[in-house]
Amino acid sequence: MWRYVLPLAGLVVLVVFFYRGLQGNPAVIPSPLIGKPAPEFSLSSVRDPNRQVKSSDFTGRMYVLNVWGTWCVGCRQEHDVLLAIARTNVILIVGLNWKDDRALAIRWLDQLGDPYVDSAFDPEGRAAINWGVYGAPETFLVSADGQVLHKHIAPLTLEIWERDFLPKIRASQGNAP
Amino acid sequence: MTALLGLVTFGVLAIDTEQNLPTPELQARYDRLINELRCLVCQNQSIADSNAGLASDLRREVHSMLLAGRSDDEIVKFMTDRYGDFVLYRPPFVRRTLLLWLAPALLLAIGALVAIRVVRGRMRLASTDTDDSDIESRPS
Repeated sequence: MWRYVLPLAGLVVLVVFFYRGLQGNPAVIPSPLIGKPAPEFSLSSVRDPNRQVKSSDFTGRMYVLNVWGTWCVGCRQEHDVLLAIARTNVILIVGLNWKDDRALAIRWLDQLGDPYVDSAFDPEGRAAINWGVYGAPETFLVSADGQVLHKHIAPLTLEIWERDFLPKIRASQGNAP
Repeated sequence: MTALLGLVTFGVLAIDTEQNLPTPELQARYDRLINELRCLVCQNQSIADSNAGLASDLRREVHSMLLAGRSDDEIVKFMTDRYGDFVLYRPPFVRRTLLLWLAPALLLAIGALVAIRVVRGRMRLASTDTDDSDIESRPS
């Protein structure tokens, strides 16, 4: 009896194990930054090389940091979503322009619309490394006290925004006086 | 193998703008580190093997941290603080990775147990066989 049941049980365990292994998306790597202080940055603004965009500009306010580049197809894909989110005036959207060309980036914002309060220009990708960025578009949610609350990898959609971001934003606004 | 890795690294250095590190010791540490760190864009390549933009940026970080006199542990911690244990080709031996590290030994032990049982069973079977042949060879 056991000599039939045991191998069968082993097979079932393996099938379940491998089936679950197939479910996850290996391209999505969980960020170790969640729940930790957001990395600081101080970079020139995309639109004005003489103006600095600093993480400290946003202390005390909750904001979204969106990593984008004109070379990034997914960023083009989510751009209208970002514009729609910006129109709702729920939260500040800060851009982190990653490994891009300034002239191209300005043209992109002028032609497609600019959802960002400001975009930091990071041509060498040093700030992006501090944020653990490995592929644009990536979107972070940072709380008013500077903690990373959430990270989304891949283009945003309104469904994802409403499911993963809005409840966290509402919860913290509810707590705020 | 090391010679082969050396070749690969040499090829990579050729596409980077960084100069070789000043001492052979630093260069050896650089080569070892970039071969142990995973490129997150092309996950089956180390940052030494990959010519993705991010891999080249991470090589530059390793390079400048080595020049700044940081230790290997500090450099690895810099990477895992930002990208998690996933950047390491050799994950740390902690509670969460216990099964991962011990699985080979565990499976070997299970295999050995099964083998022992099978062999014992066969031996018992063999001795029964002799008894059977005795019976059969007995004149009826």
